[in-house]
Amino acid sequence: MTNHWVDIKNADLIFVMGGNPAEAHPCGFKWVIEAKKNRKAKLVVVDPRFNRTASVADFYAPVRSGSDIAFLGGVINYLIVNDKIHHEYVKAYTNAGLLVDAGYKFEDGIFSGYNEEKRSYGKDSWKYQMDTEGYAKVDDTWQDPNCVWQLMKTHYSRYTPEMVARICGTPKEAFLKICAMIAETAAPTKTMTSLYALGWTEHSVGSQNIRCMAIIQLLLGNMGMAGGGINALRGHANVQGITDFALYAQNLPGYLGAPGDADADLKTFLEKRTPKAMRPGQMNYGQNFPKWFISLQKAWWGDAANKDNDFAYDYLPKLAGASDVLSIFDQMYQGKINGFFCQGFNPLASVANKRKVGDALAKLKYLVVIDPLATDTSEFWKPYGEFNEVDPAKIQTEVFRLPANLFAEHAGSFTNSGRVIQWRWKAVDGPGDAKDDAEILAALFLRLKEAYVKEGGAFADPILKLTWAYRQPAKPSPEELMMEYNGKALADVTDPKDPTKVLVKAGDQLGSFAQLRDDGSTTCGNWIYCGVWSPAGNNSARRDPSDPSGLGQTLNWGYAWPVNRRILYNRASADLSGKPWDAKRMVLRWTGKAWGGNDVPDMRPDAAPEENVMPFIMNPEGVGRLFCRDLMADGPMPEHYEPFETPLDANPMHPNNPKATSNPAARVFKGDMEAFGKAKDFPYVATTYRLTEHFHYWTKQSKINAIMQPEQFVEIGEELAKEKGIVAGDKVKIRSNRGFIRAVAVVTKRIKALDVDGRKVHTVGIPTHFGFKGATKPGFITNTLTPVVGDANVQTPEYKAFLVNIEKA
Amino acid sequence: MNITRRQFFKVCSAGLGGSSIALMGFSPTAALAEVRTFKLARATETRNTCPYCSVSCGVLIYSTGDKSKNAPGEIIHIEGDPDNPVNRGTLCPKGAGLRDMVQSANRLKWPEVREAGSNEWKRISWDEALDRVARHMKKDRDANFMAQNKDGVTVNRWSSTGFLASSAASNEAGYLTVKMLRALGMTSIDTQARI
Amino acid sequence: MALQSLDIKQRSATTSPTPQARITLEVAKLIDVSACIGCKACTVACMEWNDVREEVGNCHGVYDNPVDLTENAWTVMRFSEVEQNDKLEWLIRKDGCMHCADPGCLKACPAPGAIVQYSNGIVDFHQENCIGCGYCITGCPFNVPRISKKDSKAYKCTLCSDRVAVNQAPACVKACPTGAIQFGSKEDMKDYAEHRITDLRERGYDKAGLYDPEGVGGTHVMYVLHHADQPNLYAGLPANPAISPLVSLWKGFAKPLATLALAGVALGSLFHYVTKGPNEVSKEIEDEIEKEDAK
Repeated sequence: MTNHWVDIKNADLIFVMGGNPAEAHPCGFKWVIEAKKNRKAKLVVVDPRFNRTASVADFYAPVRSGSDIAFLGGVINYLIVNDKIHHEYVKAYTNAGLLVDAGYKFEDGIFSGYNEEKRSYGKDSWKYQMDTEGYAKVDDTWQDPNCVWQLMKTHYSRYTPEMVARICGTPKEAFLKICAMIAETAAPTKTMTSLYALGWTEHSVGSQNIRCMAIIQLLLGNMGMAGGGINALRGHANVQGITDFALYAQNLPGYLGAPGDADADLKTFLEKRTPKAMRPGQMNYGQNFPKWFISLQKAWWGDAANKDNDFAYDYLPKLAGASDVLSIFDQMYQGKINGFFCQGFNPLASVANKRKVGDALAKLKYLVVIDPLATDTSEFWKPYGEFNEVDPAKIQTEVFRLPANLFAEHAGSFTNSGRVIQWRWKAVDGPGDAKDDAEILAALFLRLKEAYVKEGGAFADPILKLTWAYRQPAKPSPEELMMEYNGKALADVTDPKDPTKVLVKAGDQLGSFAQLRDDGSTTCGNWIYCGVWSPAGNNSARRDPSDPSGLGQTLNWGYAWPVNRRILYNRASADLSGKPWDAKRMVLRWTGKAWGGNDVPDMRPDAAPEENVMPFIMNPEGVGRLFCRDLMADGPMPEHYEPFETPLDANPMHPNNPKATSNPAARVFKGDMEAFGKAKDFPYVATTYRLTEHFHYWTKQSKINAIMQPEQFVEIGEELAKEKGIVAGDKVKIRSNRGFIRAVAVVTKRIKALDVDGRKVHTVGIPTHFGFKGATKPGFITNTLTPVVGDANVQTPEYKAFLVNIEKA
Repeated sequence: MNITRRQFFKVCSAGLGGSSIALMGFSPTAALAEVRTFKLARATETRNTCPYCSVSCGVLIYSTGDKSKNAPGEIIHIEGDPDNPVNRGTLCPKGAGLRDMVQSANRLKWPEVREAGSNEWKRISWDEALDRVARHMKKDRDANFMAQNKDGVTVNRWSSTGFLASSAASNEAGYLTVKMLRALGMTSIDTQARI
Repeated sequence: MALQSLDIKQRSATTSPTPQARITLEVAKLIDVSACIGCKACTVACMEWNDVREEVGNCHGVYDNPVDLTENAWTVMRFSEVEQNDKLEWLIRKDGCMHCADPGCLKACPAPGAIVQYSNGIVDFHQENCIGCGYCITGCPFNVPRISKKDSKAYKCTLCSDRVAVNQAPACVKACPTGAIQFGSKEDMKDYAEHRITDLRERGYDKAGLYDPEGVGGTHVMYVLHHADQPNLYAGLPANPAISPLVSLWKGFAKPLATLALAGVALGSLFHYVTKGPNEVSKEIEDEIEKEDAK
């Protein structure tokens, strides 16, 4: 979230698309209801189903799953054509006037630089025209045909209301009504908040769905504002924290891009990762990359990371290529992975194409499941009738199941999707011999370390020299770990302007990442968390809920990253002179000497407005990007592509170019392309989703939740039900090209057939949550049906739009 | 008045049992009307965070006893923390039912192994489990660790054992996990953030 | 003023006067259907707090699980898909005891002290006094009480009298994520409802209104409805609920008549109760009478 949960109450319009917060985040959704109650805010929902959020919406419109970019592109076009943009904001705070390389082209659905064989783009032309000083050229009149504004205007001119209706199945009048509601928030004193979740991400164009909203919110001037922003609702209690700590391959903690094979040495690595300002006078905060990285190396390897060995740069593994969950399972399926750990993760249920996942797991030598619960994955080898048809005798995988404690049974911190880090306290002991995750990992690590000491083995240095100064080495405490990742000074940290002034004494905890150094004198395990355990102590445990501004900022509750800032880009909530766009919802203002107000400034505190330091300090341009250069894999501006399993014959935007039917830059593995189904065999659009009564695959283990939703069902509209002779309560069989499940039919008025490109398209809604282990009725795993293809940028699987057939079972 | 004989019969017959008992001098005056006792009166209260979605609602966990050594606490109730600025004491159907998750019949209580080709679980000790897993890891790492790629660039990676990390783990456990996995050279890592 | 619930206003099958001296606040729960998302947090919180669990059932082709009120499910969500004037609405109503000011269950109950109404308005069942006759069901215009198959006692929502007694809101109210359920004095709840109704009317629901039916003397559980003129849309919420005429019959003449005429049977009845459990009309006899009626 750029903003945070409580801030939703400050919005005038809540736009929910690609999410269903009433269903998935009811307690966060309360702030939508509060905005409605207290600000007379309006709630608009766009979704393939009339869902629980829609049940309290002021306006609802249907959309075909997988056509979001067409809808949002239509909104962009509407705002431009009807001149509903916040001109002053767009002019000052976006790259609308920056000039783009003359080589940049978009033709027949394909951007310049496409390599069909590799299914990827060479992005040389996706860049700004630079002047002799190395800054991007600007045309403040926006007249240059190569300026971002003109390119964007042309690009989205194709997204007419008629085209939107044709691709999305959204009635034109409904679309235009929503556009008009959105357009009202172009006024400086009106804001719209965008709430989305997996309904936007789980597509082969997922990242670009969100890029669309970034463009819209910039055009409306809603970024940085109270009640504005783009707010990813997100999944697990600590999905934000675990993402921040980079429990995935391509980053290191704090979103530091991990080294790859092309980064042979530290110098190359740092040069590539450290951006140069693209406009004069901008903060370009990413220039501090070396401070963050070196401090991380110091936190992990202490004295063993020093100037003489490039701060132990070689201790870090270099990434060969893709290493996301889809590619990992593909590697496993090919027999290239021998061992595998599932820590609180149930991939048999949650990863696409269950059969492929099960077959892959069966190729492992060993599988280790660390979990509080008996998961489906831990029993992938066990036959459960047609829910899991396997022969244990043929599966040679050794499976270990290690009991872990749950939230109530240990202390520590979680970071919510509003980036607020909150400490938790232990209530009771876990059952039986269950242990904390950290204790289990420490025990494994110490055993490995001992073995490497005794026996030697492959490159043992990073293991032997890893800092491990915990008072009980086998039981690192959460307090010690938080202090460690916050970081401390190894030598006195002095003020760069006055070296005689000591900011932090050697050995003390650091107060903020501004104190990090790239000379090895500071440690920090995650720069964005620096400050959470400052000299003042554990700030995540702060429990003062006071809210003097009334905006719900609660700056003394927990600790938000970065530096306790609650609204990102908040400098943009004020005009160029530093006066808030909306005095009633003042987030920040220039006091004449410094930035101050109701939040921690997202700006150098003493940067006077005349200095023209722009609000998007992490961008080398300093401004928000309507055109995002070469930063995305599949284009600098979002374009509609059909899902890989589409009910249509072609992309209506590019009917004569089969290469542009689906995302040309999305990755498809060998074998998975063949596993896609065709509309003639599987005529219905399926979409999977969560129910409010359940949480992923956990609460099927909880009796009370099983009572609330006991059994797998699928939802279909009345028209399709009639066609198929299905009545509510019937057992039905749903097939995709990858398998089938059986479920109970829920027949509803809330899913309507849509008129798409001249044909009728039915949607089949399939909740996840169920499986063969749990208190709920034993059943099939929904991901038996889903395809293995991910978003082109982050490989989020396309769970929201694929094809199925349905019949009475 | 439109009532059937059946209903009338039921009225008289059903009503009679109780009131006739009262007539016989069995009036339950001794059984005073009293509300159920408020069960949290002396329970131990602990502040925690709901482990489900990323709203991260504050919860109050009520457990039996007072943390004395001889009476280990058991959770009897969980409700919302009114101080938490986001949920302000409220909980959703998942959070309100947390007690049944903590006390799920499917909680794992001890380490187990399913041997290759076997069709059952076998309970083992922590020492055995950890020793065996660590042995597997070292064997695989030593056999498949890649120090340099084919171009001679130092890559120091171990990609043949993978790790899916939990997005429900604490920041602290997550930090220790990433630190340790990277030190081992692991690159086949992912988390739920992607799905 | 406290929400103290120990003071009894009336008690089933009892004529002795109840304490009247203390002033207690009249409480009410307000369910704003227009803010309800049907998440069932209330249903879960109710089960969790009251230590009851329904059996894990089946999906019946609708979202409604538990499908009905039971002795273990004291509040359930009822989902209605309504299409009128080209507009689809998903009306979701939390169903449960309405805590009537004039409680039909209590009037009908023949077991002394099995049903009480506290001076704050809560109508509570005391199972230790319940004989399981099921007459409260007949007396209830909202079809709320349920007899347990396990102990043959009647159960329903207590409005968390145990929580209210220590000045805490009922479990469902506290849990409700969107604030669709509010709790306080009946007066305050009516004021709050007025605000909500004004807001709904501004949003085009010109028939929005409060459901506090007079037929049962008003209720201590009230609804804000977008379509107050059509309560039936909300899974059959009765437009004009009233206590069954049977209850008046029982109160009027049947009870003394039956008592006098059949007093002699009472002792037998008691022994029957002690040895065989609750007093009830056997299904066979009922069927027999039914057949005769049909002739």
